[in-house]
Amino acid sequence: MKKILKYVIVDIIQNKIVVIYTALLLLISLSVFNLESSAAKGMASLLNLILLVVPLVCVIFSTIYVYNSSEFTELLVSQPLKRKTIWLSLFGGLATSLSLAFLIGVGVPVMLYHADPTGLVLILSGLFLTVVFVSIAFLAVGWTRDKAKGIGWAIALWLFFALIFDALVLFLLFQFQDYPLENAMVVMSFFNPIDLSRVQILLQMDISALMGYTGAVFREFFGSTTGILISFFGLLIWIVIPLLFSLRSFKRKDM
Amino acid sequence: MIELKNISKRFGRLQVLDNVNTTFREGECIALLGPNGCGKTTMIKTILGMVVPDSGQILFNGQKVNNDWKYRSQIGYMPQIGRYPENMTIAHIIEMMKDIRKEGGVVPDDELIKRFGLDTMMDKKMRTLSGGTTQKVSAALAFMFKPSVLILDEPTAGLDPVSSETLKERIIREKDKGKLILITSHILSELDDMVTKVIYMNEGNFLFERPLAELKEITGEEKLSRAVAKIMGNKSIGRPSNQMQPV
Amino acid sequence: MKTLRIVLGIVIALIGVQNPLVAGKVYVGKGHPVKTIQQGINNAQPGDTVLVEKGVYKENEIKLNKAIYLKGISFPVIDGGKKGNVMEIHAKGAVLEGFRIINSGQSEMHDLAGVLLVDSYGVTIKNNQFDNNTYSILTQHSRNCTIKDNEIRAYANNEVLFGNGVHCWRSDSMYIIGNNISGHRDGIYFEFVTNSLVWRNISRKNIRYGLHFMFSNNDTYIANVFEKNESGVAVMYTNNVNMYNNYFNDNWGGAAFGILLKDISDGEISGNYFGHNTTALDIEGCNRLKIFKNKFVNNGYAIKISASTLDNEITRNNFISNTFDVATNGTLVANSFTGNYWDKYEGYDLNKDGRGDIPYRPISLYSTIIESNPASLMLFRSIIVSLLDKTEKLLPGITPENLKDEKPYMKPLPL
Repeated sequence: MKKILKYVIVDIIQNKIVVIYTALLLLISLSVFNLESSAAKGMASLLNLILLVVPLVCVIFSTIYVYNSSEFTELLVSQPLKRKTIWLSLFGGLATSLSLAFLIGVGVPVMLYHADPTGLVLILSGLFLTVVFVSIAFLAVGWTRDKAKGIGWAIALWLFFALIFDALVLFLLFQFQDYPLENAMVVMSFFNPIDLSRVQILLQMDISALMGYTGAVFREFFGSTTGILISFFGLLIWIVIPLLFSLRSFKRKDM
Repeated sequence: MIELKNISKRFGRLQVLDNVNTTFREGECIALLGPNGCGKTTMIKTILGMVVPDSGQILFNGQKVNNDWKYRSQIGYMPQIGRYPENMTIAHIIEMMKDIRKEGGVVPDDELIKRFGLDTMMDKKMRTLSGGTTQKVSAALAFMFKPSVLILDEPTAGLDPVSSETLKERIIREKDKGKLILITSHILSELDDMVTKVIYMNEGNFLFERPLAELKEITGEEKLSRAVAKIMGNKSIGRPSNQMQPV
Repeated sequence: MKTLRIVLGIVIALIGVQNPLVAGKVYVGKGHPVKTIQQGINNAQPGDTVLVEKGVYKENEIKLNKAIYLKGISFPVIDGGKKGNVMEIHAKGAVLEGFRIINSGQSEMHDLAGVLLVDSYGVTIKNNQFDNNTYSILTQHSRNCTIKDNEIRAYANNEVLFGNGVHCWRSDSMYIIGNNISGHRDGIYFEFVTNSLVWRNISRKNIRYGLHFMFSNNDTYIANVFEKNESGVAVMYTNNVNMYNNYFNDNWGGAAFGILLKDISDGEISGNYFGHNTTALDIEGCNRLKIFKNKFVNNGYAIKISASTLDNEITRNNFISNTFDVATNGTLVANSFTGNYWDKYEGYDLNKDGRGDIPYRPISLYSTIIESNPASLMLFRSIIVSLLDKTEKLLPGITPENLKDEKPYMKPLPL
């Protein structure tokens, strides 16, 4: 496992796109903190970056990378290696390098300008989202051998989690607006890693005060240590499940 | 040494392997022949675990290999078209392979690297290499870890005549050491000196499977190419052999 | 400013009336025959000065019922011992100055205070320290009294047992100036108090409202600071309220607002600064208010305005960095929002007159959604919401069509 991981990481870190991605994140983070009137506002702007850009870049880059490493995986599969090892090494390599990119690009500026629990939750959520969307990319790769279709799936999945899911939630909210939906909303947020991260970060920023009773319900759940642990556990599930599914299809894949 | 039991595989509607049964033994050098798309490469990849058969079993030294992977450390594989990570140099690839296979405790055999002249271009990236050079890398890797089984898919395709000879010479040497060698090739002439057994595949089936000597005897031809051509012209000679091999 | 000058004049005149220079003196405390404050008061004649030496006086229910100048030297402590009122003033023209008044009683039946002011006229309570009283200063049926420069502190932890810092009931022409109040239920509480001035007070960290009044007409609030109160400021059922240059800061919490105006009519709210409140200005059922030259910065909602609110004029304010600028629960809003600066305005100014050429709609679709469907909080700051808001801005469908600023300023107004 370790040796393959090493080769994958070395290869990705040399990749121009990852370098550009890191630089871009760093540039945005620093300018956000320097241009916004307060660090708190900078954090709010960073939130959009984390919820939108990070998943998109991670899912597309990972998908393309896995397709482009088909030679590499083919070579390795004919060698005395477990397929699981190969697949997890690819995953680990991507997750590690993209997380590293995020840590340098966003983690360092946040720690410089906003080193408090909110900043920490922001960084942690961003890291989780990075890995979750690498995992989702693997799922998309597992669905089809065709690179173009795979990238299409990856973008569709991103679109679903970033936009369509929320639209559905909004629709449901209006369909059932006569019912108390606060607790249902807490549950719903677990079905979308982006929502889960967003709600968690927002509650750390104490936005809940704006929202009256719903805010109180959210705060009660996500504000407690147990709630925070459970929601990070939720994100962990979002990493593990797609990865397991993709591993299953990789094990059956013909080279 | 390697046993295939009722192996079947379809790609979509195409039946690539249709209930294949056979046994390969040590010291054999088997020529796997047949038209394009007859299932040769698929069979090889099935043995290597790169293609997962729909049904049937493969036994390596009597052990099922379905989910095993260690047996591959005893196989050297040279693919038809070697595809390597483009950004890695020859040195990287070789180093990585050594890394992967070092557990066997074998001292890597650099002979082919030197004889192919690869040692002078170790820092070249894989994407800059010509098809022939890539094949040389594949060949060198296949022989490097002194495997007991060599699976060579069109080994000389794209190689220059000198390198081709070098490789053939090496194959014969390995055969003489009593290793199992599985070769597919379209150039039958070059197989004359090394093959002990011939398998002819068509549409996922073995059309015939006979020792070379027997084949020559039946057809009365000295050259493999002519023998094959003749036997294809006269299916009645070929057919009984399909069932004759004891498993 | 004119009002201010007149009021100042009155205040200075009042203090002048109580000048003790010409009167006799009574000393109380260490080294003097008179040992209790009550005794000192009893011995004094109207117009006298009673000087109390430094020390701790365990007295309660001290009755101050004549026009004397009761002055503490280096803040002598009057400890009420948690029984009854510490001091009861029922006088005309008395002055209480320089004491540290602590530990009034606490009762569910009676409102007990550090100083209870009943049926008094022209009394001044200045430069005292109040600590740990249920109510610090409680006035009833009093007129023309001044409560000035007192340090008022309490440690309230529930709204039932604890009282207010300065609590005025059925009083008139009260001057509440420069007090520093914290830790009470309400900082300043007015009920049926008229023609009064609340000026330069700091009311913070009270467990309910920083300022709370109802049925108190014709009062003016100038340059006060209300911050970090659990629920901000709430004012109700009152006419002719003027609020100038006050600060409403950091009133942040589930049910907090900078200021809640409920059934308030005819007044001016101007020059105030609202910073980081959950809802800076919550207007319910108010009519004919002029809200101008205020700054709304970093609030959750800058203005929440209910459908029952009519004819208010909101103009020349700066709205900067608020999550929502305006929210409403209705569809038809009969108030004017013309001529403000909104930092979210994305229009243009072709004729370079400093005013935008297209109207600004301060209500976002999402704030409307939240009003009707609070659970949609879950979508706060999601992409779908920003998309919807952008669409709604272009083609208003759900938000009130007529709630718009026809001539928004392009740049913040210099306030």
